[in-house]
Amino acid sequence: MADQTCLEIAASVRSGQQTAESVVSAALARMEATASLGAFVHVDRDRALADARAVDARVAAGELLPLAGVPVAVKDNLCTEGLETSCASKMLGGFVATYEATAVSRLRAAGAVVIGKTNMDEFAMGSSGETSVFGRALNPWDTERVPGGSSSGSAVAVSSRAVLASLGSDTGGSIRQPASFCGVVGFKPTYGRISRRGLVAFASSLDQIGPFTTDVADAALLFSVMAGQDGGDMTTSDAPVPALDELLHAPAPLRVGVPKEYLAEGLNPEVRARLDAALDALKAEGAEIVEVSLPHSKYAVATYYILASAEASSNLARFDGVRYGHRDTTATSLIDTYRRTRTFGFGAEVRRRIMLGTFVLSAGYYDAYYQRAQKVRSVFVREFEAAFRQCDVMLTPTAPTAAFKFGEHGDDPLTMYLADIYTIPANLAGLPAMSVPAGLTSDGLPVGVQLLAAPFAEKSLFGAALALERRLGKMEAPPAASGEKS
Amino acid sequence: MKTQYEAVIGLEVHAQLGTNTKIFSRSAVTFGEPANSFVNEVCAGYPGSLPVLQREAVTLALRAGVAFGCNIRRKSQFARKNYFYPDLPKGYQISQFDAPLCEGGELIFEVAGESKRCGITRIHMEEDTGQSSHASDAPYSLIDLNRAGTGLIEIVSEPELRTAEEASAYFKELRAILVAIGINDGVLANGSMRCDANVSVRPVGREAFGTKVEVKNLNSFKFLREAIGFEIERQIAEIEAGGTIYQETRLWDDAKKQTFMMRRKEGSADYRYFPEPDLPPLLISEAWLAEVAATLPELPAPTRARLQEQCGLSAYDAGVLVATDGFAPFFDGVAALGTAPKAVTNWLSGSILAGINARALSFAGGVGFVTAAGHRILPAGIAELQKLVEDNTISSTASRTVFEKMLTTDASPSAIVEREGLRQVSDTGAIDAIIDEVLAANPSEVERYRAGQLPLFGFLVGLAMKASKGKGDPKLVNARLRAKLDGGA
Repeated sequence: MADQTCLEIAASVRSGQQTAESVVSAALARMEATASLGAFVHVDRDRALADARAVDARVAAGELLPLAGVPVAVKDNLCTEGLETSCASKMLGGFVATYEATAVSRLRAAGAVVIGKTNMDEFAMGSSGETSVFGRALNPWDTERVPGGSSSGSAVAVSSRAVLASLGSDTGGSIRQPASFCGVVGFKPTYGRISRRGLVAFASSLDQIGPFTTDVADAALLFSVMAGQDGGDMTTSDAPVPALDELLHAPAPLRVGVPKEYLAEGLNPEVRARLDAALDALKAEGAEIVEVSLPHSKYAVATYYILASAEASSNLARFDGVRYGHRDTTATSLIDTYRRTRTFGFGAEVRRRIMLGTFVLSAGYYDAYYQRAQKVRSVFVREFEAAFRQCDVMLTPTAPTAAFKFGEHGDDPLTMYLADIYTIPANLAGLPAMSVPAGLTSDGLPVGVQLLAAPFAEKSLFGAALALERRLGKMEAPPAASGEKS
Repeated sequence: MKTQYEAVIGLEVHAQLGTNTKIFSRSAVTFGEPANSFVNEVCAGYPGSLPVLQREAVTLALRAGVAFGCNIRRKSQFARKNYFYPDLPKGYQISQFDAPLCEGGELIFEVAGESKRCGITRIHMEEDTGQSSHASDAPYSLIDLNRAGTGLIEIVSEPELRTAEEASAYFKELRAILVAIGINDGVLANGSMRCDANVSVRPVGREAFGTKVEVKNLNSFKFLREAIGFEIERQIAEIEAGGTIYQETRLWDDAKKQTFMMRRKEGSADYRYFPEPDLPPLLISEAWLAEVAATLPELPAPTRARLQEQCGLSAYDAGVLVATDGFAPFFDGVAALGTAPKAVTNWLSGSILAGINARALSFAGGVGFVTAAGHRILPAGIAELQKLVEDNTISSTASRTVFEKMLTTDASPSAIVEREGLRQVSDTGAIDAIIDEVLAANPSEVERYRAGQLPLFGFLVGLAMKASKGKGDPKLVNARLRAKLDGGA
């Protein structure tokens, strides 16, 4: 199974060549074999096998399921009925949702089988996976290095081939950056494409669910199943979703934009080399390379941390110990219950962002921070609109470096925040963006490049991603994972 | 010379929207159900839940906006009001802040026969909270989230009211309007409509406002009038005594007939409002607004005018009809069936009002009333009953008996008349036979009457009616008795 794709698995289960149960059993075995990587945090083997048998029954009954028997791993901030959803936080320890996220229901309806919940930075706040209450997940390419974050476990689960598809959420790069670090495809669709219902909110105006896969075609497959308006999320769009076939046959781009601000001094030469290789690949596919400008890019990180933290401070207010999750029982008054529950229930990074967000929304500071950040955000939207009049897609680095070592940014949250410098703008402008593997550094670490397209232009994005993959070749599994291949 | 003061009063009225579902989910709106039995993941603020604005709530809020002549914002925005309280499940209330749905309306009302106007600053939509109850000796509080997420509008007046009577009259008329347009049941006792008053005083002639005090939870017209009246006197006395008025929140103690301080405001609370990212801007199309305007029920003031002009009712009767829930539509319903307006008001202000006061009848929306046994009193029933009186099928005494029976059965008035044998005896022969018996049995009274003791006529009528078991047509009994006594027949 490990060297198949989701498309192939689904086809073989539909045609009866293998059963969903056997596929899921193999995935569970693989998950156990790679358990030391720390990708999974909640697993229900019996449920997964029962679900697989139910899929086999549906296949036998003649249902044509696009994801028949495909095992998927789901980030621990997506509500799953009957399986704990803790956001890798003490605050939600033991919490089981009463309903299921729309994205997960749509995968299940299409025949996918959820085999477990994956590790992550606490409440999706982090770029290394290190803020998880469960401890860190390890990068399968080099276990002394971070897998990236916040969707650390979902990236590791696919990179190590425990599963061939997983779900993450991306607020400022939380799918794309770990995808780059782990050598897999990571896709954040246009804001409004996939329902956020059931995604435990970090920053509602930036959060978007998306898949990790081993290749571009599988990303298209999962996207086509999950995307589309949902009555449970008023921010979803009624824009028509391109059919899978359209995405898989999308043409290579004619004009590829490169924002000159992104190539300024300081870009890591290894990353620069992979970016150049990707540009050459697209040129070879017939694209013209166009220089574009995003003059306000340098304000992206600051803007993001103001807006994301502001929304987070409000979104996380519900974790007060009153109705569910962690409650500090040593408190003796209401105010003390709030204070102790939240002080000891949240980790340091989450508390830092709640404090920051509360500050920027406070009377006297709102205009200078939140309001101004909103204005800058609208400037980004206009700058991208202008840039996309000159090109079909943009190509940029996904992250400033390949995977860094654990603890490397430990004492300095600001340098950690810069890990998302190239990914944040797509969230601020609501654009679809994908990290596609673009080869290895001289140390043998994977590096991804990022493709961006105009809102709802996923077809252009997939055309470019498929072209890149055609030229650069599909990224292989990490040595450890391939070594364990049976 | 002694300083003259005037009060400056503004009211904030929260009215629940009478929708079937909560404002941001399809969870049902209920009252008096077991705690936490009508709560879904949205009203409980569970992780990952998202608000979905229900169209019905917006339609009702628009009705209020149109009724008060507000400017309707074609693009309004929801905002989060952030604060911690156990009955606020998300840690924020979804409300509207700097872009409310409605702004700049007015309300015309009458005080002591004079017409007054008060501006409406804004009407915005928001969600209600749950309810906390604190047992006095328990180390915990109880939370019921059934109410959480119920749609509300908050109607904020300009500070243009000057007396407790004006404030009370404003609130009464506002309530009548919300009931008339069908968006609220107008029941203050269960909290479906709640009023807070901002009260300050200043020397007459001064333009600057005094320090305002908020008096919360004035949930009856009487409390509102008394609390504002007390607060005005308290503030004047405090100033006269050289004291200071603090910006604070006070509550009304009805037992002591005074307000008391709940909390003092140190500056204004910081709710950290920001636009609600889970809800796109609320767009109101011209078609939606036109539909609301076209289907808006008649407002109380025009109803009163119409009842006086077209139906010939007195200003008093028209006022009573409009002020009592369900009366105006019921009146129109019966009158439309051809019953004389005065007869309809007699039924409403007589038997029906008595039934409501005795809790044998209640208004449950729409047209008509519901009896304690669950039967419906509809306009057609009263029209039929009145017709039975007018065509002499039953006496007016018997008609009240029929009405009483209607409270406990679904049978029509005619069927009740037949079943109970209440049909009036209008047969001259039968009446004559009864009268002859009465006269024969009371020779001395007949003698004395004929000798000039005329009041005995009434006594004899009474005996004849009694002998007919109340079914004799009183007019016929009178006429035949007079003919027999006076005509010498």
